[in-house]
Amino acid sequence: MTVRQRRATFVLLIVGGVMVATALALSAFRENMLFFFDPSQVVAGEAPTNYPFRLGGLVRDGSLEEVDEGLMVRFSVTDGTSEVPVTYEGVLPDLFREGQGVVVRGTLREDDVFVAEEVLAKHDENYMPPEVADSLRTTKPGEDRR
Amino acid sequence: MPVWFYRLSSPPYFYTRCKPWARWLGAVSGAAMIVGLFGALVLAPPDYQQGESYRIIYVHVPAAWMSLFAYVFMATTAAIGLIWRIKVAECLARSAAPLGASFTFLTLATGSLWGKPMWGTWWVWDARLTSELLLLFLYMGYMALNSAIDDPRRAARASGVLALVGVVNIPVIHYSVEWWSTLHQGPTITRLDAPAIHLSMLVPLLLMAFAFTTYFCAVLLLRTRYELLSRERHTEWAKRAVREASP
Repeated sequence: MTVRQRRATFVLLIVGGVMVATALALSAFRENMLFFFDPSQVVAGEAPTNYPFRLGGLVRDGSLEEVDEGLMVRFSVTDGTSEVPVTYEGVLPDLFREGQGVVVRGTLREDDVFVAEEVLAKHDENYMPPEVADSLRTTKPGEDRR
Repeated sequence: MPVWFYRLSSPPYFYTRCKPWARWLGAVSGAAMIVGLFGALVLAPPDYQQGESYRIIYVHVPAAWMSLFAYVFMATTAAIGLIWRIKVAECLARSAAPLGASFTFLTLATGSLWGKPMWGTWWVWDARLTSELLLLFLYMGYMALNSAIDDPRRAARASGVLALVGVVNIPVIHYSVEWWSTLHQGPTITRLDAPAIHLSMLVPLLLMAFAFTTYFCAVLLLRTRYELLSRERHTEWAKRAVREASP
């Protein structure tokens, strides 16, 4: 082994070793790396009941209703299979609407209603002009909403 | 190893090439930046969901790509420096760090400005944002370690190892939005499917990315030029270069 080969092995060992260590650590902490829980996980009882957590999904179409003169809103967060009812009092972000992805932080009440303290809108990775979005909506109804 | 590799690894030769190359790259970058910005701010249509405010992607996305690219470049040149002990490679790695850190800061700042109106928050500790912040700390750690050691050879070796350790963060940043649930959306362009962005919006974005890349290369060469000169100041060629440059 020449000096350079020895140094090259050293470099590869550092990079490879750190990669393996990080992969192991990240897979061990997999649960803690999640930013939010899905409605299915909440319905299955995997979410904590005694302290705040985040719930993420889509605002189900037709579920948004205002109570108490619009100060308080009620909506359902769905992932396509399960849904969780949410109540929230406060200002909603501009992107918030039915069919939109949201991440809400709060606690699960005993009657399985999620009381949100903070509502964040999640936007998707699609960018297009309004005309294109309109024509997509008319040709493929419902498909552009994810 | 091809001949050009040996030629480029000679400090006096590389020094003479830096300025003309930087000039070319800088001119190309400036032109691409002007055309790209015009396309981004005037020609590109507004977004169907985010309206006009999506236009921040024309700075945010190229800056984010460059923050990763600069790190990979820095780690690669650091590895070349570690294995072959090439001074030019060590100087390139050292010069790339502040540039990469600036791109990372720009990414975090523009992302934050974008996050407030769209998400409703300046900052969240999700996997994408946190790993990008870690990248900034890696750059700063590299710079601190590199300048803490007086002997440039030893400084390059120690900080080079740190740069290599940090490489693991690069795939983590890229795949964070796919591996874990995050507030940050998934990849639009760097994915296996076709880009999820309309062509009229994509073209200015690619132009801006090109402008950012050439800017990085131009400034990198200028920084490396001074780096080489100050590191080789005791040699004959450096003294001659300074004599020729001063009136």
